[in-house]
Amino acid sequence: VRTDIVVEDLLRRLAPQVLGVLVRRHGRFDACEDAVQEALLAAAVGWPQDGIPDNPYGWLVTVADRRMTDQLRSEQARRRREDRVAAEVPADSSFARAAGDDPPPEHDDTLTLLFLCCHPALSPAAQIALTLRAVGGLTTSEIASAFLVPEATMAQRIRRAKQRIKATGIPFSMPAEPERAERLRVVLHVLYLIFNEGYSASSGPDLQRGDLTREAIRLTRAVHRLLPDDGEVAGLLALMLLTDARRAARTRSDGALVPLAEQDRSLWNGEAIREGIALVTDALSRRPVGPYQIQAAIAAVHAEAARAEDTDWAQIVALYELLERVSPNPVITLNHAVAVAMLRGPRAGLDMLDGLDDDDRMARHHRLEAVRAHLLEMAGDEHAALSSYRTAARRTTSLPERRYLESRAARLGQHARSS
Amino acid sequence: VKYMLLIYQNPAAFQALSEEERNAVFADVDTIMKELTESGEWIGGDGLADPSQTKTVRVRDGVPAVTDGPYLEAKEHLVGYCMFECESIERATEIATRWPDARHWAVEVRPLMSAAGTEM
Repeated sequence: VRTDIVVEDLLRRLAPQVLGVLVRRHGRFDACEDAVQEALLAAAVGWPQDGIPDNPYGWLVTVADRRMTDQLRSEQARRRREDRVAAEVPADSSFARAAGDDPPPEHDDTLTLLFLCCHPALSPAAQIALTLRAVGGLTTSEIASAFLVPEATMAQRIRRAKQRIKATGIPFSMPAEPERAERLRVVLHVLYLIFNEGYSASSGPDLQRGDLTREAIRLTRAVHRLLPDDGEVAGLLALMLLTDARRAARTRSDGALVPLAEQDRSLWNGEAIREGIALVTDALSRRPVGPYQIQAAIAAVHAEAARAEDTDWAQIVALYELLERVSPNPVITLNHAVAVAMLRGPRAGLDMLDGLDDDDRMARHHRLEAVRAHLLEMAGDEHAALSSYRTAARRTTSLPERRYLESRAARLGQHARSS
Repeated sequence: VKYMLLIYQNPAAFQALSEEERNAVFADVDTIMKELTESGEWIGGDGLADPSQTKTVRVRDGVPAVTDGPYLEAKEHLVGYCMFECESIERATEIATRWPDARHWAVEVRPLMSAAGTEM
């Protein structure tokens, strides 16, 4: 393993610990976060050449603390000049503690930091960017390239998120119940969004973005370690592992997408599947059962089928019925319709789609037309299927999806001409 | 989602605007660009040189033919583009509505394709 990768993993793991101790010491999340980022950058450049220090945590705390102290001093000096106050300010007294000898803290600040970065006052884009930087220890440039935006754009999103935290006075502390449960839901959603961003990109030339999946799994693992009894945290981790297990099978070498039914299941990651199934089996015994647990259970049923035709659709339909009760939303209805079609025939699935045509969130969505096209094709109505595939292909903003839908349409078109 | 704003103008009509009207167009563009930069939505953009500076290239049977001037003899030309990333098409349309060229000519908002995708 290359040293820079070892260093990168170490820095990402230590980042929230270092930030936590600094915020506890100085307050001022925004300035501390900048100081930690500078220390991480210094380490990322220096350690691969000079070697990893004996106490990497202490090194980072010392460097970050020094930056923080320098900044506070220069601010004090500026204020003094501005206020024309002649009085001596004992500049050293408040920063006198030697930081480098500190052992890593006994309690873990990762969760408190996550609650802060995923505060509902921030937009999802801001929550994601700040979480990856402050908790994930990624640099602004890494986050920018993962989201395919210029570094300046990402830097501004992070700056703005931190300004907002400062302006709204969001505290660095664990929220109390019942707010805590609601806030944890937001944290999990942000981790889920990071995962999806990486997963949907994990093909072809976008490997850098696929790194987001690894990062989302790592952070969710950390939350699971801190909250082992929370069923939804375990459910989300299981869902990520079971979904990511299909990564190698979901695209062909030329980047074309392979639907679940046609995937080469020998390429699925057996280790991730075993871990995911064990997690979800345990999570389902915890109450209340939430949407991540149920989605993980559905992914587990797929994972347990050795061949697509062995899939236990009756169990999947039952799980979707439960999911629709727990967290009704049109995307779930869409997936439910596919499962119903597999169990009871395509017409039963198509009937379920009718309700979605009136739903503003779905009516113009390419996925609705894509599912309709598949079910029409299953039902043997090739003419209508062709037209739905073409509509879906026009609506999607994903190149591989458009390619997939166009090739399905072309296949039907050829078929229609030759018959 | 990332969007591209395609900005159209009639160069002759733009020249015919009063100094004040033209300055208002530039000032409005400055304001929106500043706002989008501040919000972290701005990705980039550029203006295009006058349509007369265009080279149109066609290759037929491997033989390139290069001609001066735009392909289409239109009165309204693409004079610039910019890209931003925002939460919804409603927000993207709102930005387009405020782009000053929309008052005089038209702007188009188009979603960018992404290389990411989910198997179906």
